[in-house]
Amino acid sequence: MSIRIENLSVDLGSFHLRNINLTLETGDFFALMGPTGAGKSVLLEALVGLVPIIEGDIFIDDRKITNLAPEKRGISIVYQDYALFPHLTVLDNIRYGLRFQIHKRGTAPIDELVERLNLNHLLQRHPETLSGGEQQRAALARALAVTPDILLLDEPLSALDPNFRQDLRAHLKSLHQASGATFMMVTHDFSEALSLAHRAAVMNRGALEQIGTIEEIFCRPTSTMVADFVGMKNLFKVEFSGAIARVGGVEIKLGREAIGAQGYIAIRPEDLILSKELLVSSLQNSFAGKVTAIRSHGFFYEIDFAVNSLIFTAVITNHAFFDLEPVVDSGFFLSFKATAVHLL
Amino acid sequence: MRKESFLWLALASSFIVLLFITFPLVRMISAPSLASLWETIRDPDVYRSIWLSLYTGISAALICFVFGTPLAYLLARSQFRGKKLVEAIVDLPIVIPHPVVGIALLGLVGKNFWLGRVMQDLGIRIVGSPTGIIMVMTFVGLPFYLQSAKEGFASVPPRLEHVSRSLGASMFATFINVTFPLAWRSILSGIIMCCARAISEFGAVVIIAYHPMIAPVLMFERFQSFGLRYSQPVAVWLIVVCLLLFLSLRLVGSGAKKPENGSRLGGQA
Repeated sequence: MSIRIENLSVDLGSFHLRNINLTLETGDFFALMGPTGAGKSVLLEALVGLVPIIEGDIFIDDRKITNLAPEKRGISIVYQDYALFPHLTVLDNIRYGLRFQIHKRGTAPIDELVERLNLNHLLQRHPETLSGGEQQRAALARALAVTPDILLLDEPLSALDPNFRQDLRAHLKSLHQASGATFMMVTHDFSEALSLAHRAAVMNRGALEQIGTIEEIFCRPTSTMVADFVGMKNLFKVEFSGAIARVGGVEIKLGREAIGAQGYIAIRPEDLILSKELLVSSLQNSFAGKVTAIRSHGFFYEIDFAVNSLIFTAVITNHAFFDLEPVVDSGFFLSFKATAVHLL
Repeated sequence: MRKESFLWLALASSFIVLLFITFPLVRMISAPSLASLWETIRDPDVYRSIWLSLYTGISAALICFVFGTPLAYLLARSQFRGKKLVEAIVDLPIVIPHPVVGIALLGLVGKNFWLGRVMQDLGIRIVGSPTGIIMVMTFVGLPFYLQSAKEGFASVPPRLEHVSRSLGASMFATFINVTFPLAWRSILSGIIMCCARAISEFGAVVIIAYHPMIAPVLMFERFQSFGLRYSQPVAVWLIVVCLLLFLSLRLVGSGAKKPENGSRLGGQA
C-alpha cells in the first residue's frame, strides 16, 4: 500500500520533525538516510503511531491514519536491537501477532516464512540463546507474519557483524519481493541503501533535505548538506570482472576483487587528479579525456571531466586551477588510485 | 597496605552487621523448648492469631496488587505534571510513624466522622474487625508493593510494547501478554514484601483493632501479662509460618517463569 505523509510535525523536546512531506508507492523499498539525531527513527515511530503528532496527516491508500491507534494501522516495525519478547520462544514470537489479526483477510503462512528465513531449527529456542543474525531473522518473521501493508526497518542490519549483514540483506531483498509490502528502512550504510532501495531520502535536523532515486541523491545532491553527507559524486553502476569494473567503455581498476557481476562504485571528487601529461606513478587508473564544465566554489573548483561517455567530477584547488588553466573542451589526463574506488 | 587494612575494616563491620541481625533471631528461635512450642501452637488463641495475621496480611497484599498495579505501571511509564508529588504521596505511609497511621485512620472511620457513620449505617465494621486490620495493613504495605512493581515495569523496554502494538495488540493486550509477564518477578517480590510488611505491623493495628488479636498484638499482650518466656514461642511460630509462606510463593513464582531476570530481583524479600 502507499503511504502519504503531509506536513507532518512532531515535537519530542530533544527530537522534532518539521513539515515532512513524503509519498511512498505500493511495493516501494525506500531508504531513509541521515546523520545521527536527524529524526529518522522519530519519523518511523510517528508512522507507527507511537509519538504524538502536532501537525499534519498520514494516509495509507487515502485512508487517514493520523489518529489511529498503532494496532489498527497495519504497519509493522523491526528495530535494530530486534526487540524479541524474551519470555517467548522463537515460534511464539513469530506467532505473537496472529491472534490479533481476526479482522484481517489473512496471515502469511508461518511455515513459508520460517522456511525462507531458515529458522526451522530455532523455533523452540528462546531469543537470548540466538546470535544477532538469527534474532533479526526471527524479528523479521514476526513482523511479516501479520502481513503488514507497510514494514518499517530501523537500522535492521547495523548491529550485525558483516557476514550476517550480507546474508540478511539478501533475505530482506527476497522478503520484499515475496511479500509485496512497502518497505521503509532507516540506514547509515550507503551500500545497503544502494543494494536494496529504489528510492531514498536524506534527513537532517528533523526535515527532509532531498527525496529521489538513489542515483539522484548520490549524483545530483540538491543541497550542500546532502552532498557532504553522501560525499561521493562519482557514482557509477558497473559490471565487475575480478578487480576490474567496466562502465561506458572505461575499465577501472579496483583495490580488491569485487563480489558479484554488477554493482556500484564511487570515487570522492578530491581523490581525482587532473594533469597535462600522463602520470607515470603508482596511481593505477589514468585516462585521457576532456573538460566539460567548470564551476568555481571560492576556495576550490569543481571540474566535470568526460572519459568516453563517463562524466567524472573532480575537485581542484585554486592553485592547481591556475597551474592547469583548464577550459571547457580542453584535453587532460585524469588519474586516481585503485584504492580510491569505493565498492558499494 | 592501606587497601588491606580497609578490606579488614570492611569485613569486620560486615560481620558485625550480619551478627546484629541474626544473633537476636537465632537466640529467640532457640530459646523456647520444643515442649513449650508444642504447647503454644495447641493454644487456640495463638493458632487463631497467627491465622488472622496471615489472612489479613495476604488480603492486604492482594488488594495492593489489584489496585496498585495500574498506578505502578503509570508511574513507571508516563511522565506527567505532578508525578513527583504523586510519588511522594505514595511513599508517605513509610515515613509516617505507625501509631499516627492508626490514629489517622481511626479519625476517618470512627463515629465522630461522617464516613465512619455511613459505614456503620451500611453495617461495615472497621474498628475492632478484620476489615479494619486489612485496611491498616493495606495502608502501610502499599508503598512496598508500588515501589517493587514500578521497578519491574520500568525494566521492561518500551520497545517491546511498541512492537506488540504494531503487531496488532491493544494497549491492554500488550500489558497482559508482554509487560506483565516480564515484570512478574518484581510484582511477586512486591506482593511478598507488602505481605511481610503487613504481617509485621503492630503500632497502627493496635489502635484500630486490639481485638481480634493478630499475632504481634498477642505477643505484646503475653509479654505484658506473662513475660518474655510466654511471648517467645508465639514469635517463633509466626516466623516459621511466614518463612514457609514466602518461600513457597517464591518457588511458585520461579517455577512459572523462566529464571531470566531472576538474579536481578532475587532476595529482595
